[in-house]
Amino acid sequence: MKIAIFLKQVPDTASKIQILSGGAGYESNGIKYIVNPYDELAIEAALQVKEKVAGSEVLVVSLGPARVVEAIRTALAMGADRGIHIDDEGQTYDNFQTSCALAEIARREAVDLIFCGKKAIDDDASQTVSTLAELLQWPACTPVLRFELKADHQGAILGRNMSAGVEEISEVSFPAIIGCEKGLNTPRYASLPGIMKAKSKPLAVVKGLKSGDPLCSLENWHSPAARSAGQIIDGPSVLAKVQVLVKRLHEEAKVI
Amino acid sequence: MGTLLLYVEQHAGVLKKSAYELATQGSRLAKEKGLDLAALLIGNNLGNLGEDLGAYGVKNLYHGCHPDLDSYKAAAHAAVLTQMSQDLKAEIILASASLAGLEVLPRVGACLKAGVASDCTALKIANGKLVATRPVFAGKALVDVHFSSAVQIASLRPNSCPPQVSAPGAKLKPQKKELSPASSGLIVKEVKEASVGKVDLAEAEIIVSGGRALGSQENFKILQDLAQPLGAAVGASRAAVDAGYAKHEMQVGQTGKTVNPKLYIACGISGAIQHLAGMQTSKVIVAINKDPEAPIFSRADYGIVGDLFEVVPALTEEVKKLHR
Repeated sequence: MKIAIFLKQVPDTASKIQILSGGAGYESNGIKYIVNPYDELAIEAALQVKEKVAGSEVLVVSLGPARVVEAIRTALAMGADRGIHIDDEGQTYDNFQTSCALAEIARREAVDLIFCGKKAIDDDASQTVSTLAELLQWPACTPVLRFELKADHQGAILGRNMSAGVEEISEVSFPAIIGCEKGLNTPRYASLPGIMKAKSKPLAVVKGLKSGDPLCSLENWHSPAARSAGQIIDGPSVLAKVQVLVKRLHEEAKVI
Repeated sequence: MGTLLLYVEQHAGVLKKSAYELATQGSRLAKEKGLDLAALLIGNNLGNLGEDLGAYGVKNLYHGCHPDLDSYKAAAHAAVLTQMSQDLKAEIILASASLAGLEVLPRVGACLKAGVASDCTALKIANGKLVATRPVFAGKALVDVHFSSAVQIASLRPNSCPPQVSAPGAKLKPQKKELSPASSGLIVKEVKEASVGKVDLAEAEIIVSGGRALGSQENFKILQDLAQPLGAAVGASRAAVDAGYAKHEMQVGQTGKTVNPKLYIACGISGAIQHLAGMQTSKVIVAINKDPEAPIFSRADYGIVGDLFEVVPALTEEVKKLHR
């Protein structure tokens, strides 16, 4: 079985996003990059399937500049077998173009199962899984909290929360695309031997996968409106403070 | 004349609140762009559901019906929405940034080669096309999405726009469209409704949220007690989730859910940058924390410095009194 992980390298969650003057983008110098946290779940999910299916191969794919190789090596260190770096050659890919490039790799590699995070924490678009579903005409499910490989290895039972307290159980036949949600698994740490092995695992670079024209462009990057200073409610007792708070929320803010 | 098509949703036979938010936004945009405002509800045995959207400016209501559509399926909904968009010559397609909206729209976009902007907080028309403003980096920055495609598709974050009646009492007659939805390799086996009437965090108007200071899963009951009279959903910080006091789906923050309530009450949450990112668009923020230096106070509209185990129960009592 050939399992693919589509992963994205993103700025660390503690990063301060500094908007460039003129709003053309944000300052990328000095940013620490990590594997998209939701994609770590995808790596773990893929490795768990590999452990169950003899003779399977885990391929990790990432689109971006040269620095994403580090993210691919992290996945290889965790146990993936082979990496593919889709070199963006300094060009911008919109969501659709990204999915087109990933779909092309899925076809070339005759992949049976794709895992990726439900979304990337930089653009929060949550589109890749669904766009891939349409491009490849494969069934897809996101955000998946439970994944149970079927005994015949030809499909899986999936669980996801539709909304608060509503759980949907579905069954999918491979090939399929799974969008991973927090709670699906606990990603393993890369072991020291794993890190050493990763250095010599095959990592191919693919270029020229950008197709067509962008459908969207991002402009006018700006900061959210600053909130005006709030008030600390003082008082002689907890009861007094709470009474003031309720009054203000009801009469002033009018939210209760 | 082209159409602005709204993909509206229902749950348990009731139109979702987001439908009225979409109609309000859609009405304004359709007027600006000179488009007909239409709404599409997909399902089976829908009756007159959606007829009151007329009061919010919708001119045409369509029901995409088929027995196979009894339960929601992404591929089927995408196929029906794509077909209707083509039939109606939709130039703009809008949905709520719900689970369905987020997964249906990109499929439609890929099929129509149309750009898709997810989870937007503001929409406008500029140079004859939709421009969608959306938060990125969990709200640390905002960006405008400009479309080069002929059709522009966007999903709207819940609670971004208060619904507004523009034509009181206007009712629409649903036009039924019998369509055969495409089947996909995904079979829905079961939909379990664990608890009735539970409020979804991403759509909640009021949220009571707890941090690691709660100390245990059992202590989260104090927050449930406050949430109950408020009709609120209960959320948690990552620290509380990692400590096992709250479930993953309750996490608010950059690696959890982004919420947009009118009131967010943070109890025992210090206010790490990643948590703030997930709730900073809340209309009103209340912080309750023992530590007067907690970063959350710099973002809160109202703060009480105190022990949450004393403050929250007292607050619950006062809220109950208010509602009597």
